Amino acid sequence: MEQAIYQELPVGSGPDIEGLFNEISKGFKGKPDELIPMLQRVQRALGFLPEQALLEIARHTGLSAARVFGTATFYAQFRFQPVGKYIIRVCRGTACHVKGSYRLLETIEDYLQATPGQMTPDGLFTIETVACFGCCALAPIMVVNDSVYGSLNRSKALKLLDEIRGREAGVHS
Amino acid sequence: MDFTLIKERAEKNWRALENLRQPLIQIGMGTCGKAAGADEVYEAAKQTLKEMNLRGRILQVGCIGTCYLEPMMAVRKPGGPFIYYGNLTAKRTEEILLSYLRHDDPKSEWAVCFIGEEPADGIPRFEDLPMIKPQVRIALRNCGIIDPENIDHYIARGGYSGLMRALRMNSGEVIQEIKDSGLRGRGGAGFPTGMKWEFARKAPGQARYIICNADEGDPGAFMDRSLLEGDPHSVLEGMLIGAYAIGCNDGYIYIRAEYPLAIKRLETALVQMKEYGLLGRNILGSQFGFQIHIKEGAGAFVCGEETALMASIAGGRGMPRSRPPFPASKGLWGNPTNINNVETLTNVSAILAQGAIWFAGCGTEKSKGTKTFALAGKVERTGLIEVPMGIRLKEIIDEIGGGVAKGKRVKAVQTGGPSGGCIPADLFDLPVDYESLAAVGSIMGSGGMVVMDEDACMVDIPRYFLSFTAEESCGKCMPCRLGTRQMLDILNDICEGKGTPEDLEILKDVSETIQKGSLCGLGQTAPNPVQTTLRYFRSEYEAHILRKRCEAGVCKPLFHYEIDPEACNGCGVCSKKCSVGAITGEKKKPHSIEPDRCTKCGACYEACKFQAVHIC
Repeated sequence: MEQAIYQELPVGSGPDIEGLFNEISKGFKGKPDELIPMLQRVQRALGFLPEQALLEIARHTGLSAARVFGTATFYAQFRFQPVGKYIIRVCRGTACHVKGSYRLLETIEDYLQATPGQMTPDGLFTIETVACFGCCALAPIMVVNDSVYGSLNRSKALKLLDEIRGREAGVHS
Repeated sequence: MDFTLIKERAEKNWRALENLRQPLIQIGMGTCGKAAGADEVYEAAKQTLKEMNLRGRILQVGCIGTCYLEPMMAVRKPGGPFIYYGNLTAKRTEEILLSYLRHDDPKSEWAVCFIGEEPADGIPRFEDLPMIKPQVRIALRNCGIIDPENIDHYIARGGYSGLMRALRMNSGEVIQEIKDSGLRGRGGAGFPTGMKWEFARKAPGQARYIICNADEGDPGAFMDRSLLEGDPHSVLEGMLIGAYAIGCNDGYIYIRAEYPLAIKRLETALVQMKEYGLLGRNILGSQFGFQIHIKEGAGAFVCGEETALMASIAGGRGMPRSRPPFPASKGLWGNPTNINNVETLTNVSAILAQGAIWFAGCGTEKSKGTKTFALAGKVERTGLIEVPMGIRLKEIIDEIGGGVAKGKRVKAVQTGGPSGGCIPADLFDLPVDYESLAAVGSIMGSGGMVVMDEDACMVDIPRYFLSFTAEESCGKCMPCRLGTRQMLDILNDICEGKGTPEDLEILKDVSETIQKGSLCGLGQTAPNPVQTTLRYFRSEYEAHILRKRCEAGVCKPLFHYEIDPEACNGCGVCSKKCSVGAITGEKKKPHSIEPDRCTKCGACYEACKFQAVHIC
């Protein structure tokens, strides 16, 4: 069964969508072919697409809410849940698969105690999988936010995650 | 601006770089290079020059194709050749620069090759490297050689002269030139490009569009990314030539959002084109005007299909529709539209610059020119390669790729991604052209080529592809939506040891239904990975079903690990790697695995240097 795309967020915890829209609407005319670029712009700003933002886009473009939700849920890029500070994307391309990315993913899942699409309880990590990053010659690949790491193995990947954890613990202590 | 002036200025700038009076350092900064650590090499080079007070200029270039050597750096002293170094670290970068620039010792033992007139002692020429020798570079002519963010470099190496030539011809002559070249679409299907342009040219309509399909969705393929990152203008020039031939003033590049660097390079290139009068009204003083818009994809494999891609540009769900009407007559917003792949357009600019006869001189009777491949998987030398059509698979795998790792046996090569098939090692004499690959059940595809050795399970590989196509099926056609899911369920059962002999018959039946009952290429080709493995590796399916065995050690319920007491010297590396403490044994004595505790993660198998861990 498909899950409902939204879980209830605590009142008052959401981002300032109105403010964001005042800024975004300046760059777009509200034409239907701007729908995907607008969704991308919102996600770039917030990390995900809150329900209210989708309704706001529907209003701005004059498209029905159903069309906006339908389009957003069609594409793998769009998320409907908040994400961790670090998005760990494990490449699941063919070359990565042949070089054991399924094992790499298992190791990371075990280590972070989360599955793809889930955020860790500390809000630090979200694991995602990507169909292919196009770095096949350096498989297996993992991408942490915008940094690409190639020729990985389990211990290198875990070391990276440890470094991030250590850095973050340092920030907060 | 007059093109002669533009070209003169570009050549002057290029010559200035060639005759630079200080050392020039080139660092490959494509995504692959960065993934391997090129940023650290770049920083180290910058720091070394500064701290050691050395003269030198650093230039960021694209991928030269030898990805297995990344991160790479090339150093040229005035008047000398470029000497290339590979697999660099920050420390080694510093050592090389200091040694070569200060003490004139190029550290030949670390050098990989050189490019240039003057030979460098004891270092092989780039063109003589076993990986490079069988290659012919047309599409990749500039990758790794020029600064992709400098339009002058492209122009100085003959760029935009193809467009100049096209503008002096009429549209019919340009189309004829492409027809004469024999160029076929490099996105996979191999439709003749000239014919496609002619359809769009002749279709009635007011507005016309040209689209560059850069939605490189096949997992295992990165040719288009490397081209756009390493030589964006060659693609844009091809687009301009196509637009002129077809008679359109608006073009779109539909590119994956997963390629941020390629998008940035395109944006930079478009700004430069405007500055040089290569975009906008009256391009290079002609009557021809053209605009290019970049559209970022949002992660849907099906959008590589032409009608789905156009639906996505228009701002909706990227779902294919039935054809006819074909895009050439009714495409984007109902107007005649022509869609070409990135590599096709790069070839177009080369053909117009050098002529159809030159291009057709390479390749086979029906497949002209070259093809780029993303050579990946279990070969020693992975990278981006370009080979003449008709080259044999074994030349690519053994000579260019250097074969599989020592001690392993090559099993198959996968071409065409989820739409292609697995070609077994005993067919490696096959020439690489559209017809030969189709005859064995695979396809040329866009250029993914993943080599597999004995560690790949030929039931798991089609399962992997089906999990991809089942996920990416847009859901419009019932046979594809339900059929791919059904096939995946069956393959999952087989991999879990729950398969029955009847399953193989059902797989065959469902395959045929999906092929016949789907609107677009996604469904029509989705069964290919299953059909080819059933054809060439049936014994593996039977071993999974009848003997409940996965010889490759991939399907967990169908194998276990054992340590061979004869081969084990008790070094203890495996027990350190085991995260569940399933491996015990005294130091310097054979170890053993407790089957109940073992999670079959494979860490010990990978870690053992003495091949003492066996798959049983």
